[in-house]
Amino acid sequence: MKREIQRSTLLTRRALVLAGGKVALLATLAGRMYYLQVIEAKRFTTLADENRINIRLLAPPRGRIVDRFGIALANNEPTYRVEMVAEQAGDIQATLAAVDTLIPLSDADRRRVMRDLRRKHSFVPVSIRENLSWDEMARIEVNTPELPGVSIERGLARHYPFGEAVSHVVGYVAAVSEKELEGVDDPLLELPDFRIGKNGIEKAHDLELRGKAGSSQVEVNSLGRVIRELSRKEGEPGEEIALTLDMALQDLAMRRCGDEGSASCVVMDAFTGEVLALASAPGYDPGAFAAGLTPEQWKELSTDPRNPLSDKAISGVYAPGSTFKPMVAMTALENGVITTDTEFFCPGQFELGNTVFHCWKKGGHGRLSVRRAIKESCDVFFYHCADLLGIDRIAAMAKRFGLGQVLGIDIPGERAGLIPTTSWKKATTGISWQRGDTISCGIGQSYVSVTPLQLATYVGRLVTGRAVEPRLTRKQGIMTPGEAVAQVPDPAFAPLDFKPKHVEIILNGMFGVVNEPHGTAYHARIEDPAFAMGGKTGTAQVRHISLAEREHGLHKIQDVPWKERDHALFISFAPVTAPRYVCAVVVEHGGVSAGEGGAVAAPIARDVLLETQKRDPARRIPDNPLGAGGMVASR
Amino acid sequence: MAAFDASTPRLSIAEKLWSLNWGLVALLTIIACYGFAMLYSAANGSLEPWAARQMVRYAVALVLMLGVAIVDIRFWLRSAYIIYSIAFVLLIAVEVRGAIGMGAQRWIDLGVIQLQPSELMKVTLILALARYFHGLTIEEIARPHRLIIPAILIVAPAVLVLKQPDLGTAMKLVLSGGAMFFLAGVRIWQFGAVIAAAGAALPLIWHHMRDYQKNRIYTFLNPESDPLGTGYHILQSKIALGSGGVFGKGFLLGTQSHLNFLPEKQTDFIFTMLAEELGLVGGLSLLALYTLVFIYGFAIALRSRNHFGRILGLGLTINFFLYVFINTAMVMGLIPVVGVPLPLISYGGTAMLTVMFGFGLLMSVYIHRDVRVGRFGENLS
Repeated sequence: MKREIQRSTLLTRRALVLAGGKVALLATLAGRMYYLQVIEAKRFTTLADENRINIRLLAPPRGRIVDRFGIALANNEPTYRVEMVAEQAGDIQATLAAVDTLIPLSDADRRRVMRDLRRKHSFVPVSIRENLSWDEMARIEVNTPELPGVSIERGLARHYPFGEAVSHVVGYVAAVSEKELEGVDDPLLELPDFRIGKNGIEKAHDLELRGKAGSSQVEVNSLGRVIRELSRKEGEPGEEIALTLDMALQDLAMRRCGDEGSASCVVMDAFTGEVLALASAPGYDPGAFAAGLTPEQWKELSTDPRNPLSDKAISGVYAPGSTFKPMVAMTALENGVITTDTEFFCPGQFELGNTVFHCWKKGGHGRLSVRRAIKESCDVFFYHCADLLGIDRIAAMAKRFGLGQVLGIDIPGERAGLIPTTSWKKATTGISWQRGDTISCGIGQSYVSVTPLQLATYVGRLVTGRAVEPRLTRKQGIMTPGEAVAQVPDPAFAPLDFKPKHVEIILNGMFGVVNEPHGTAYHARIEDPAFAMGGKTGTAQVRHISLAEREHGLHKIQDVPWKERDHALFISFAPVTAPRYVCAVVVEHGGVSAGEGGAVAAPIARDVLLETQKRDPARRIPDNPLGAGGMVASR
Repeated sequence: MAAFDASTPRLSIAEKLWSLNWGLVALLTIIACYGFAMLYSAANGSLEPWAARQMVRYAVALVLMLGVAIVDIRFWLRSAYIIYSIAFVLLIAVEVRGAIGMGAQRWIDLGVIQLQPSELMKVTLILALARYFHGLTIEEIARPHRLIIPAILIVAPAVLVLKQPDLGTAMKLVLSGGAMFFLAGVRIWQFGAVIAAAGAALPLIWHHMRDYQKNRIYTFLNPESDPLGTGYHILQSKIALGSGGVFGKGFLLGTQSHLNFLPEKQTDFIFTMLAEELGLVGGLSLLALYTLVFIYGFAIALRSRNHFGRILGLGLTINFFLYVFINTAMVMGLIPVVGVPLPLISYGGTAMLTVMFGFGLLMSVYIHRDVRVGRFGENLS
C-alpha cells in the first residue's frame, strides 16, 4: 500500500512537471500568435494584398490622325475575334467542329488553339480566330447559346481609310520589337497587343498619339483567375493629330502620280509652309503592317523596282536639272554678274578648253536675255552665268532657297541631297574643283541633288521672298469656320531680301515657260487665265548619253531601258497674279508615257494646281472636304 | 467507502451516464462547432462538401465516446494488449498492401470511413503502455530490462509509420510514448541516456529520410528562400494568419483562404483560416478552450484512485495536447510542416474517431475513478 502511494506521488509530481511544460508551450503559441497577428500584422497584410491584387493595364485608344478639315486618315476600328474558355467549353474538339461549320478554321488555327490550350490555365480565354468580318461575327454571335465557352471579343485595330493614298505621310503601326522595349519604361509597350508607330506621323508623333495607360485593380486567386474588379482608372486617349494635308488633293496627286508608275508630288501653301499634298507613288497598304505582313507581301514590297516603301517626296534625291536655272538666274542677278537685260549668244554649244558643253537645242537660241533663257531653258546662257559666278556663290544661294539640306518636316526619313562646293569636293574626292564642274552644276546636273520637298520649298521661297519652311501638322488643330487665314506670307519666316525686280523677271520667265508659245511647258498651260500657273521644266540625267549615241539617234527614250531613262521634273506656282500655291513634281524615268520634264511632269502639276486653286484649301473649308464626286468616299 | 467501491462496477448504464462529466462533453462540442463553422467557411459558405459530413461524424463519434465511457475500466485494462495488437496488425496490413503495389495508401476503406491505422495506433499505444506500467511496481520500473517491452511497443509502430512515410505521426508516437515513460517514473538519467542515444542516431535518421522530408526541414529553417517551392505552404500560412490581425477579416471573408493561397485549408491549415477570419481573438479563444480540455484531463486523471486510470488519463491528455500543439505550431511556422490535423476541427474521419475514442477512455476513467484495480485487472475490493 505504501508503495502504491509512493507510485502515485511520483506520478502526480511528474504530471505537474508535464503540466508546467504544457503551459510553457501554450504560452509560446500565444506569444507567436501575438507576434504574427499584432506586431507583424501590417507586413503580412501588405503581403496578402500583393498576393491577391493584380494591376492590369488598360490600353488607351490611339489618337486619330486627320487632314486639315478633319477627315480621318488613321482611326481605330472595332475588330472581332472568337475566343473559347476551355473549362466552359467541355469537349474542345466538338466545340471547334461546331465553330468550323459557322466560320472556316484553318489547320493552322486549330494547331494554335491546341497549343495555347496546353500552355494556359483552362479558365484563360484562348483566341480561336481573329479579324472576323462583321458577317462572321454575327454568325457566331447568333449561335452562342449552342456554343458553351465560346464568345466574341471586341478589340480596336488601327485602320487607315485611305490606305496607300496617304501611307507615306501617315505611316503605320506595328507590334513593339524587343529593341524598342529597351530603356523605355512605358508599361503600355509590354501589352501583348500593343502597337507602336513605325513610320510617318504615326512614328513622329507616337507619344502624343499613344495616350496614357489606364489601370484596373483586380482580385485574383492563387491560380491567377480574376475574381472581381476592385477599382478602375480609365486611361487618357491619345491626342488627335491634325495634318496640313487636304485629303482630296492628296488623293488626286496620288492618282496622277500613280498613272506614271513611280512619281512624287508636293503641293504647299507658300504663305504658311503648310504641305497640302505629299504624294509618293506607288504607296503601300499601311493596314497590312498593323496586321503583320506575310513574308510574300514583304518580299513583293521590298523588291518592287518602283520602291513603294520609300517616300520619294522627302527621301528621293534627284538632280534638279533645268528646274535649278531660276535659282542660278537669281544668284547671277543678285550678285550683279548679269542684269535683267544682259544678253548672251547661244550657238548651241559652249566651249571650255577642250570640252564642249551642248545646249539641248541643237541649233542654239541665238542672242537672249535672262527672261527668254528661263522660258526656253537655254543651257548656254546658264553655262555663262555659272562660269561667271563660280560654284560657291551658287551653293550659298541654293542654301538660302532650302536646297541640299534637311528642312525638318515632321515625319522621319527626310534626306538632305547635295549642293556641292569647292571645299566639299576637295574633302570627299581629294580632287580640286574644276571650272567644268561648275558648268554642269549650273544647269542642275552633275553633283547637285535635291528632293521634291526642297524643290517645292525653293519655289515657295522664290514667290514669297521669305525662308518658308514646310510642315505637315497643324498645332491649332483642324480648320474651323471663321478661322483667321494668312493673307500674306507668314512674317515669322525670315525675309530673303531679294530685289523685287529680280524676282519679277524670274517669275515672268517662268510664266513664259507655261503660257507662251516656245515655252517648254506650253502644252501644259491652264487655259483659264484666273488660274494660270508659272513653272519650270527639268530633266535629270540618270545615265550619261555619249555624243556617239546622240549622233546615232540612240537617245530616243523608248530605246533606253526604263531604269536608265531620265527623270522628268517640274516646279510651278499659281496663281501667276498673286502666287500662293507651289508644286513640285518628279516623275522617275520619265514615267510610263516616257516623256521629258515638260511632257510628263508638267501636266500632273497642272491638274493638281488647278484643283488646288479651285478648292483653295489654305483659305476656306470646302463644302465637300473629300472632293467632287465623292471619289474618296467610294474607297 | 469500501461498500461504495464495491458497488461502483455494478452501476447501471443510466447511472453511469448520469455521472458522466457533461461539462467536458459540452466543451468538446463547442470546439467541434468551431470546426463546423470553419468548414462551412472553407467551402465558401456552404455545408457541402465538408461541414455537413463533419457534423455527422461528430455525432457518430460522440455516441462512440459515450459507449466507450460506460464500459468498465477493467475491461479496457484487460483488452489493452489485444486492441494494440489489432491496430498493429492493421498497420502492417496497409504497409504490406502498399508494398505489393496497390499504391501507398495509409488507410483501409471501411465503406463508411477510411480508417487510418496509424491514427488508431496513437490511442492504442497509450492504452497498452498504461496497461504495462500499471503492472509494474516502482522498483521494477527502476530496472532497465523492464523497459525493453514498452520501448518495443513504441518503436515498432513508429518505424512502420515512418516507412509510410509519415514523419508527423511517428514523432507523435515517440513523444507521447516518452511522456508515458516519464509519468511511469522512469529515472531521469535513463531519459538522458535515451536522448543521448537518439542524438547519436540523428545522422543515421537524416540519412534515411526521404528528400521531401529533408526539404521540409530545410524550408522550415528558411521558408522565404523559396517562396514558390516547398516554402510556399509555411509562407502563405504566415501571411494569411498575420494579415488577420487582432479581430480578423470576418467570418467567410478570409481573402487568402478563399482565393486558395492557403493550402489544405479544410484539413491541416484550418487553424490558419480561423485565425485569418477571426483574428487573434478567435485563435486565442480556441486555444483557451483546448486548455480547458487539458485541465479537465489532468483533473480527471489525478482524481482517479487506480494507477491505470491515472496514467491512462494523463497519457491521453498529453496525446491530445501534442495534437493541438504540433498542428498550431506548424501553421505558425514554429516547427516544420509535418501533416498533423487539428483535433475536433480538421476535416477527417479517423482523427475524429480516435480522438473521441480517447475521450471515451478518459471518461471511463472518470466514471470508474473510485474502482480499485489489481495488477492484472482483477477487482480488488
